[in-house]
Amino acid sequence: MNLITALARLLIFPGLLFAVPAAWFFLWVERKAVARMQGRIGPPFMQPFFDFIKLLGKSTPPRAGIGGLLMRAWPFIAVSSAAGAVGLLPVLPASGGFQGDLILLLALLELPSMCIIAAGFSSGSIFGEIGSAREAVLSVSYNIVFLLAIVSIAASQHTFSLSALAQQSASPLRWLGVIAILVCLPAKLHLNPFSLPNAEQEIYSGPMTEYAGPELAMWELSHGLEWVAATGLVATLAAPVFTLWWVAALVFVALCFAIVLLLSAVAAATARLQIDTTVRFYWQCTLIFAVLAVASALFMRFRA
Amino acid sequence: MNLWNKLMCYSRRHSPWLFHMNGGSCNGCDIELIASLTPRYDAEQLGVRLEGSPRHADILCITGPITSNAVGAIKTVYDQVCGPKAVIAIGSCPATTNVFIDSRTLAGPLNKHIPVDVFVPGCPPRPDAIILGVAKAAEILAERAGKKQPAEPIVMPLVGPGCGGACACGSSTEAKCEEVAQ
Repeated sequence: MNLITALARLLIFPGLLFAVPAAWFFLWVERKAVARMQGRIGPPFMQPFFDFIKLLGKSTPPRAGIGGLLMRAWPFIAVSSAAGAVGLLPVLPASGGFQGDLILLLALLELPSMCIIAAGFSSGSIFGEIGSAREAVLSVSYNIVFLLAIVSIAASQHTFSLSALAQQSASPLRWLGVIAILVCLPAKLHLNPFSLPNAEQEIYSGPMTEYAGPELAMWELSHGLEWVAATGLVATLAAPVFTLWWVAALVFVALCFAIVLLLSAVAAATARLQIDTTVRFYWQCTLIFAVLAVASALFMRFRA
Repeated sequence: MNLWNKLMCYSRRHSPWLFHMNGGSCNGCDIELIASLTPRYDAEQLGVRLEGSPRHADILCITGPITSNAVGAIKTVYDQVCGPKAVIAIGSCPATTNVFIDSRTLAGPLNKHIPVDVFVPGCPPRPDAIILGVAKAAEILAERAGKKQPAEPIVMPLVGPGCGGACACGSSTEAKCEEVAQ
């Protein structure tokens, strides 16, 4: 992959130019699905776009010193890393990629969560600190399952390259990994029942409490881009192989949409769990599942 | 007015985020404000979102007759809302201190302390009236842009059944009022 194709993927497709409208669309689908589940009509189609523009036009409180500078920087780091993660997705077959881009994708997907933790602590707000502590505890518990699921998929198919994984047809073992990733997604995207870090009505907005205006707009955007990257990763792993590129792209978008609907339905149907219940859920129930997946993947590999 | 300003005005009108603050209210108006977000009234169709932090909000919704304890907190929260911002006084209490008038524990009405843009009278006002007030405040917000506070606050008409002909429908029959309310 040379510099020009890399830039094109980061900035045009599936990077920023495609991912930003997709992020707004997914945010709208989430809010609309929750509204329909509650018997409401819900926000109009362009709502996340209007919210974004409005936030860009608001003023921000003065922030002094290094702490203030860091507070301004975190949302931009989060947005750029989430956009980079989307740029790595192999939406079009034969779009390049390299051995190990799956690991880079995981690192870029994790960076927004790190930024949220840092942002909460640097804001100096008590609610921000509680939210950051919760996010840290949550990310320690779900990430082990998430990483083990990815490792099991990679081990069963002998590759850490995303496009190679997308080219191979899914084995039953891969489905096990995909389900484990799906279980982690609500925690990664801060949705019910694991919406602990940004728990509204409880700790205001958690790490985002002190953010306003354009900085808050960037956080909203990075959340939307995380939606695109995370659902895109699952769609890449779960999509069947097609030779026609437009069929592949259509199936990819349809799968992403289905995952967004599924996660929103779960979010609307559940209430928030306590932090210790959440941690126990990930460490006791799903960790066993993930360890089993890795063990069987390694066993299959050495037998073959 | 160029294209960006037009887009900004349109976005501000379509995405009012509220912060709700209780200035010593009996909880009647607070319940009605929450009711306007529930499935029956569904204010989210106008892009309304109830925010947890005043930093995120555009419109400050204040209920209650403003007790002397609450004044400091209300001024702090008003300063924490980032501009452009608007203030809605929900219910009769923040407008006139209502039945608590002349009480020595009160420092109301609200517009003695912060500039108010929209008054929504009623004890409590109906959710329809609150949504109408929010829509009006969002319009003010869109036009405000660079400007400071307006000269005169807006007082919303009473809406809904039992308004005795004073409501926006201009008719004294209950049925007509019901129709407008829905």
